[in-house]
Amino acid sequence: MKARHKRLGFLTIGIVALGLSTWLVVNALGSNLSYFFSPSEVAEGAAPSERIFRLGGLVKPDSVERGEELLVRFQVTDHAHDVTVVYSGILPDLFAEGQGVVAQGRLNEQGQFVAERVLAKHDENYMAPEVKEALARAHADGVAQEASTYAAAESSGSYSSRGGESGAYSTSGVTQ
Amino acid sequence: MSSRLVNWFKFSSPSTFYPLAGKIGFWSMVVTVVLLAVGLYMSFFVAPTDYKQGEGYRIIYVHVPAAWMSMFLYVLMAGWAALGLVFNTRLSAMMASALAPTGASMAFIALWTGAFWGKPMWGAWWVWDARLTSELILLFLYLGFIALQSAIDDPRRADRACAVLAIVGVVNVPIIYYSVIWWNTLHQGATIQIRGESSMDPLMLTTLLIMTLAFWAYCIAVAMARVRSIILERERETTWVGEMVKEGRA
Repeated sequence: MKARHKRLGFLTIGIVALGLSTWLVVNALGSNLSYFFSPSEVAEGAAPSERIFRLGGLVKPDSVERGEELLVRFQVTDHAHDVTVVYSGILPDLFAEGQGVVAQGRLNEQGQFVAERVLAKHDENYMAPEVKEALARAHADGVAQEASTYAAAESSGSYSSRGGESGAYSTSGVTQ
Repeated sequence: MSSRLVNWFKFSSPSTFYPLAGKIGFWSMVVTVVLLAVGLYMSFFVAPTDYKQGEGYRIIYVHVPAAWMSMFLYVLMAGWAALGLVFNTRLSAMMASALAPTGASMAFIALWTGAFWGKPMWGAWWVWDARLTSELILLFLYLGFIALQSAIDDPRRADRACAVLAIVGVVNVPIIYYSVIWWNTLHQGATIQIRGESSMDPLMLTTLLIMTLAFWAYCIAVAMARVRSIILERERETTWVGEMVKEGRA
């Protein structure tokens, strides 16, 4: 056994041990490394009630109500549960109904989420506005013809809606 | 078999690699200039506006190639460092040292452009989510590698210490890549899929790929220029460097 084979052996064992320990650490940390809680987790009581945490989901369509000055109230949904968010401040440009959002704050006694900060989360789809319109038209046609939504959307362009695949939620380009 | 081995090891000698690195570096720089000109023109004027993010999304054409290169260069650097550790070849360690500053600058560009992108879109320059934090750790690993290299006077000992650091740090690269899948992050998921369809306009995708190739060519060109200086510095006592300097070719 040459010295270089010995070194290679040590190196291989080292890398395997390192990889294994990292895998264990990552597994043990689990969801603690997540940036936000989903409305379902809040409903289950998984989110901390005492301290500040982040809530992430989609802004429920037709749920945004504006109050006096900068006060705004909206619901965050993951299509299973909704949480009402109260926020007073300037919203990011990408904030809109049906869009992803991450709010930081805490729950009050009424189960409402009082946010101190609201961030917009956008999805991983990039397309030209014309394509987006074409997709929306195809979607409307598909609904009118009582055809399958997915078949219509897929045949109208090269985009696939990968909603729900990329984490807790995702805004698909087709279903809005 | 034996002739193949001879050919393969021929370029592990700094004296034979030095002129080759010069040629590779020169042509990579030519490719960089051409691809950057085409890629930047397409980024600004040809690629369509995004349906949601408007014109602001165009920073993707710098952000994503830089982020990819920062991860890829780290793996490459650790690979060279491991080769140097196992085979005790001088050039492998020089390659690893030559890649570190380029990788660090790529990680920095990725973080910096990410902040510029995050402010208008998310509403925050920086958040401590898994993707951003692990990329920041990558930058620190690069900086640690460079600092360790210059902290040890004996270059061969510095190479071995740095190789261990580089190899240990490799665990961070899959964490960066999979962070958006394993955990809820503010950063969106991967647009470009290795398997399956990418969720991007074909013209945008073409532009992104051209910019990525431009970044590749740039990194090769800069790494080659740097490895040539490292070779000259470390081999300055050898006869081949002496002869080259005498003939005015260095």
